[in-house]
Amino acid sequence: MRFGIAVFPGTWSERDCAHAVSLDGHEAVMLWHRDADLRGADCVILPGGFSYGDHLRCGAIARFAPLMDAVAEFAAGGGLVWGICNGFQILCEAHLLPGALLRNASLEFRCEPSWLRVETEASPFTAGCRRGDVLRIPVSHGEGRYVADPQTLLTLENEERVALRYVRADGGPVGEDSPNGSMRDIAGILSEGRNVLGMMPHPERACEPLLGGDDGMAMIRSVAASLDRAGAFIRAGENPRTPR
Amino acid sequence: MSSAGVDVPPAELLAEVALTEAEYRLAVDALGRAPNPLELGIIGALWSEHCGYKTSRPLLSRLPTRGPRVLQGPGENAGAVDIGAGLACVFKIESHNHPSAIEPYQGAATGVGGILRDVFTMGARPIALLDSLRFGPLDEPHQRHLLEGVVAGIGGYGNCMGVPTVGGEVYFDESYRHNCLVNAMCVGVVEHDRLVRAAAAGPGNPVLLVGADTGRDGIHGATFASVQLDESSEQRRPAVQVGNPFLEKCLMEACLELVGDRRVVAVQDLGAAGLTSSAAELAHRGGCGIELDVARVARRERGMTPYEVMLSESQERMLIVVRRGEEEGVRAAFARWDLRSDVVGTITGDGRIRVRDGGEVVADLPLPMLVDEVPLRHPPARRPEGVDAVLARDPLPGPPPWPHDEALLRLLASPNLGSRHPLFRRYDHQVGDDTVVPPGGDAAVLRVRGTPMGLALTTDGNARYGVLDPRRGAAIAVCEAARNLVATGAEPLGVTNCLNFGNPEKPEVFWQLREAVEGIAEACEALGVPVVSGNVSLYNDTSGVSIDPTPVIGMVGRLAEVERRLTPALRPGDEVSLVGPLEATLGASEYQRLATGALAGPPPALDLDLERRVQAAVLEAAGAGLLASAHDCAEGGLAVALAECCLAGGVGAACGLDEAVTGRGLSPRAAAILFGEGQSRFLVSHSTEAAVQLRALMDRHQVRLLRLGMVGGDRIRIDPLLDVPLDRARVAHEEALRS
Repeated sequence: MRFGIAVFPGTWSERDCAHAVSLDGHEAVMLWHRDADLRGADCVILPGGFSYGDHLRCGAIARFAPLMDAVAEFAAGGGLVWGICNGFQILCEAHLLPGALLRNASLEFRCEPSWLRVETEASPFTAGCRRGDVLRIPVSHGEGRYVADPQTLLTLENEERVALRYVRADGGPVGEDSPNGSMRDIAGILSEGRNVLGMMPHPERACEPLLGGDDGMAMIRSVAASLDRAGAFIRAGENPRTPR
Repeated sequence: MSSAGVDVPPAELLAEVALTEAEYRLAVDALGRAPNPLELGIIGALWSEHCGYKTSRPLLSRLPTRGPRVLQGPGENAGAVDIGAGLACVFKIESHNHPSAIEPYQGAATGVGGILRDVFTMGARPIALLDSLRFGPLDEPHQRHLLEGVVAGIGGYGNCMGVPTVGGEVYFDESYRHNCLVNAMCVGVVEHDRLVRAAAAGPGNPVLLVGADTGRDGIHGATFASVQLDESSEQRRPAVQVGNPFLEKCLMEACLELVGDRRVVAVQDLGAAGLTSSAAELAHRGGCGIELDVARVARRERGMTPYEVMLSESQERMLIVVRRGEEEGVRAAFARWDLRSDVVGTITGDGRIRVRDGGEVVADLPLPMLVDEVPLRHPPARRPEGVDAVLARDPLPGPPPWPHDEALLRLLASPNLGSRHPLFRRYDHQVGDDTVVPPGGDAAVLRVRGTPMGLALTTDGNARYGVLDPRRGAAIAVCEAARNLVATGAEPLGVTNCLNFGNPEKPEVFWQLREAVEGIAEACEALGVPVVSGNVSLYNDTSGVSIDPTPVIGMVGRLAEVERRLTPALRPGDEVSLVGPLEATLGASEYQRLATGALAGPPPALDLDLERRVQAAVLEAAGAGLLASAHDCAEGGLAVALAECCLAGGVGAACGLDEAVTGRGLSPRAAAILFGEGQSRFLVSHSTEAAVQLRALMDRHQVRLLRLGMVGGDRIRIDPLLDVPLDRARVAHEEALRS
């Protein structure tokens, strides 16, 4: 399995993501922001960081990178795109996902554990989990408060596109313990085609017991398993529907 | 020409470059002529305390800097120690006190930026940041403003860089009301053979200036740091630099990509006194000279004079010496990261720094004079009057003001002992995927990727002890830092220190400085830990009032197996024991601060031989797998240490002491046992099966092991004195710093 990991100026989770996927035996290749080339990746990760210094708005400049043209095309053809933290912000700015991520309700950067309830198994990112599972995966962001208009929220809920929701450790409603005050406690959402996931928490930081837990590995394994079921998802540059 | 017939510039001009009239005359004698204004600015910067260590240099030679693991001692951008597996740990601590007092966000942010550059300049990828902070009493709005600004600045810079902030400390004391302290430490790791030194070589080699354009920010920052703050300091706001962490992130990645590249001869970051000091130090370290053309320096403002260009402290800039003919290739490597670079000069062989402005030579000075011949100051030293009277006072006159249970809750809820979680959660402490023990324990522990090893990192310092006895206070800071590392199971390898003191022209302050350096030296020698880097911040005075002497110790330790690291967290069913003496004093303690608001009585005693044995014993016990947890038992005393271990483990403990020792009820003696502060002590836990072996080990080291009780339940108990529900302790602890 080959994961392509985007590197924009200011990205800082690329090596963490590469390390995490390598723990499960996968290959990681770095995708340079100036090149519209996915290097044969089976899944593209847009990792965390402060792309272009978060100038203007988080992710607002990254969406114009040549790499993002290739990512958008890949996603349109059903390719797996996984945006984590800043990657989620970029996906929203690029309109590959609806809604926006605003400053945390606390007005503070927060780096702490969060607990995420898996809301759907019907996605390549969560297929290996059970609906209702609670994953312990840390957050680290200052602008992670998910907002969208009421119609979008309704659509996301109706189509079961809310993949992950913040909860308390015991699975109960997160209430005032929300790390960022997201609407409907949304931590991660899927695209209409369910092949694009954006999430604020960092699964790559939760892949080893030594570092405090390995719940994030369940998501990497889900992706790998989805890709193994040949034909379910396509490889970059091999998409018959969007010839190059 | 001798200085005798020279007109000395007006006092205001000399004050602006922080030189005395005598120093000016020395410069004229060395030069054989009067320096022009640009040259005077250059001399002032390099002869400042900040760059030239003119007051502290004679004292610093006392510090032990050698050891089998030392790869790089003081004198480079950062120090380095061998951690095994062919790897070096590179680290340094630095102050940014004066800028932070004026503009807390940018002062702290650029402090972090500067210390990061010191480490990646050496070729090492930064893996961790720590911060040691001091403010005035937190109930004042201005102090809260400073704390908020500094914490936001540290987070704003460090988080954007993708380097985790894993530890540090913060204390609040009257002494820092007008002079907050912001010390930042950075730790990096690199292969031995890729360690980069900042020594220029090869006359004719071009010099690149890379990164940010040069502006008027920070001019006279170095001399600013070498004078006192006063009411006019607000007007010095332009002397505070503004940081751009995004630019620095790109600069760091580009520089790290070039590590090991044969086209690059030397790398030097621009810090205090900007181009002036970096060019001079880079050239002089390599026994070369340097010629710069300020006309080639990219600027962000119009109309800058050569003086302003040479002394600007604009951030995120590096000087790179490149092999002749390779400049375009190296420039392309920076351009890939959208970084500007310009050839601004050439290495020469004549031992001088020559500054041109296009065709015209505007400064020409000999480097040995600037760097080696800094006129040293040997101010008089005098022990402050009145210290003896304070030492002789009863630490706690009268009975304890509160029942012991309430005292524990008050201590846990105090700004100095409460949970730091509300601050640490604003820093990314995990990025890099190496943080094994996050902030909140004795020391942070990071794994060293690709090896079984771990690194333990800490900073420490206690000014309350130091004001009464600076030598003992400084030695205690070293010992406590080492204990923090040992408590995780790590062997201390090296020290970096930041000496924060008042105006050394006051005999009392210079005495404090001299005593503190002696204390650091004695403790480092006793524990066998060398000092490999450091920084001095003097003139922490406002309107004539000096801060208490505050030596801050940063220390790095090594765990052979990171899987075996210890934390303070207790586990139900284990036994709790105290390693080291039970006796402690309320003198200079946090309890005393809360109870009386005064400082009285001698600070804790320190027996360096006992300290060494206690640390060796705990380290051996940890290595042998005999311990389940360990915690430094220091500030707040035994009761606070036990509460911290209980809170970390989420479980209570039922302990007891011999009533013949404690007495019953509310006596000063009982308060001293619970809350008195003593050195050379650890609170450990272990299985009942390990107890016999542990006792034999402690006996062999001639160290006392006192069994206190069992882990379990939901109360923190030390019979017959203390019984506090864990939940109440948690609430008190967590609320202390909540904004």
